[in-house]
Amino acid sequence: MATDDIWILGIAMTKFGKHADKDIVDLGADAAMAALRDAGVSMRDMGVLAAGNLMGSGGFGQQLQKQIGQTGIPVYNVSNACATGATALRTAIMAVKSGEVKMGLAVGAEKLAGAGLLGGGGQAKSAGKKWEPKGRFGAVAPTDGRIGTDTMPGTFAQVGMEYGHKYGEVSFETFARISEKNHAHSVLNPLAAYQKRFTLEEIMGDMMIAYPNTRPMCSANCDGAAAAVVTSGEVLRTLSPDQQRRAIKVSASVLTTDPYQEACQILPDVNTLTRNAAKIAYEQAGVSPSDLDLVELHDCFATAELVHYDNLMLCPEGGAVDFLMSGAPWRDGSTPVNVSGGLQSKGHPISATGIANIWEICHHLRGEAGDRQIANAKVGLAHVIGLGSACGIHILEKAA
Amino acid sequence: MSQQIAHVSYLKLDPKPHLVANECTSCGARFFDRRNACASCFASDFRTVDVPTEGEVTSFTIVALAAPGVPVPFVAATVKCGGTSVRGNIINVEPTPDKVKLGMKVQLTTFSMGADDDGLEAVGFGFEPA
Ligand SMILES: [Zn+2]
Repeated sequence: MATDDIWILGIAMTKFGKHADKDIVDLGADAAMAALRDAGVSMRDMGVLAAGNLMGSGGFGQQLQKQIGQTGIPVYNVSNACATGATALRTAIMAVKSGEVKMGLAVGAEKLAGAGLLGGGGQAKSAGKKWEPKGRFGAVAPTDGRIGTDTMPGTFAQVGMEYGHKYGEVSFETFARISEKNHAHSVLNPLAAYQKRFTLEEIMGDMMIAYPNTRPMCSANCDGAAAAVVTSGEVLRTLSPDQQRRAIKVSASVLTTDPYQEACQILPDVNTLTRNAAKIAYEQAGVSPSDLDLVELHDCFATAELVHYDNLMLCPEGGAVDFLMSGAPWRDGSTPVNVSGGLQSKGHPISATGIANIWEICHHLRGEAGDRQIANAKVGLAHVIGLGSACGIHILEKAA
Repeated sequence: MSQQIAHVSYLKLDPKPHLVANECTSCGARFFDRRNACASCFASDFRTVDVPTEGEVTSFTIVALAAPGVPVPFVAATVKCGGTSVRGNIINVEPTPDKVKLGMKVQLTTFSMGADDDGLEAVGFGFEPA
């Protein structure tokens, strides 16, 4: 192992779902302490803490230290929408890579069970009204629902439909097949919020949220946390054979934002920044999409998963539908995608997501994934998108 | 004649309803909001330009679940008007996948959003099949 390589020494996630008896710090502490145990180290070894939480009261990192160990190390509280977990991990990685610290801890935690529809500000009641222009659009009334939609399901529905306009219409049924796959995969994941297989008919016949996304085609709001301990190759060399054997190499760690594109002010462009991040990540890691044994990508909605097959270059440009229909992204296919069940069934506790997807990959690369193990997995890719936008991609490899 | 105000400042009601954009004088990028500088080239000089009132639907969704107070279902869409992408609802059409199609030709139209307590009427815009 090269001295400046970055390694995941320990990683853990809580079960995703409803944790009514736990607050955000409880969840974060569970994940952080499990990751430290998994790594065989303690808070005393950590040189930095990067902490992600969106919906809480702020200062999550310091609150967490009060419960798991106040050693005086710097805390970076990070916030990057759905890419918050990946941003926390990347922050810890940068600290190790810079040589400032030997080990870092990244944690993401969220309480989101029962949160309902995300995005969409709604419209104020009209009693006692006065039309007065406000904000950057000089709007006299809310625009959500009158000039397009701010809801997440509606925004990502348009992302998928736009792909259809560009490359040939994609049917409702085709989008539903993505969710059929992910829910089928979830049956093997005991940490998933939902482990229920649906037929294609059940998915298409369920409650419509934003055409073509029905309810089972949307990510599930839930509670959960995930955490990881990272270190350098130089430090790993000094650790035990067992720690070295289970360590997972971070071959690429990339974070991008959305560069200006003509239509990006109208509909968030989740494509260009993903494609840019993927290009950088493949180059950093020296791997190509065909080398990937499994991929966890940001399927916040079925319509999003489709475009990311293309953005991550798992298929030729414009070929996402053919890729799906060939069976490639099923767990027995050529490029298994979201064998965890994805955000639609595993669940999407926003700030935990960007570390939990890496936990899933590590689990397979270590050969510890039990019933859902992808045989002989050696290389995997984890991807998240935070709308606004931020994209995190990590490529992970089994220790040689 | 009652007084009118546009829902958003980039909707102009006279002489005929149309949208305007802030166009970067150095690279031509167009924006509908108040700008500090150009997101594309960082220049800070803009001119106001008219956006064509006819266009083509490049993406849409039919929103069935929205925040409280937002009437559903409605069609949210992106419309390419000349070279400019515009966000808006498709109105005056049944909100079903049979009736709304990608590539559909649409035109700008306006509707009343009601009057405030001073009798000022707000006017919104959408796109309808051309
Ligand atoms: Zn410019």
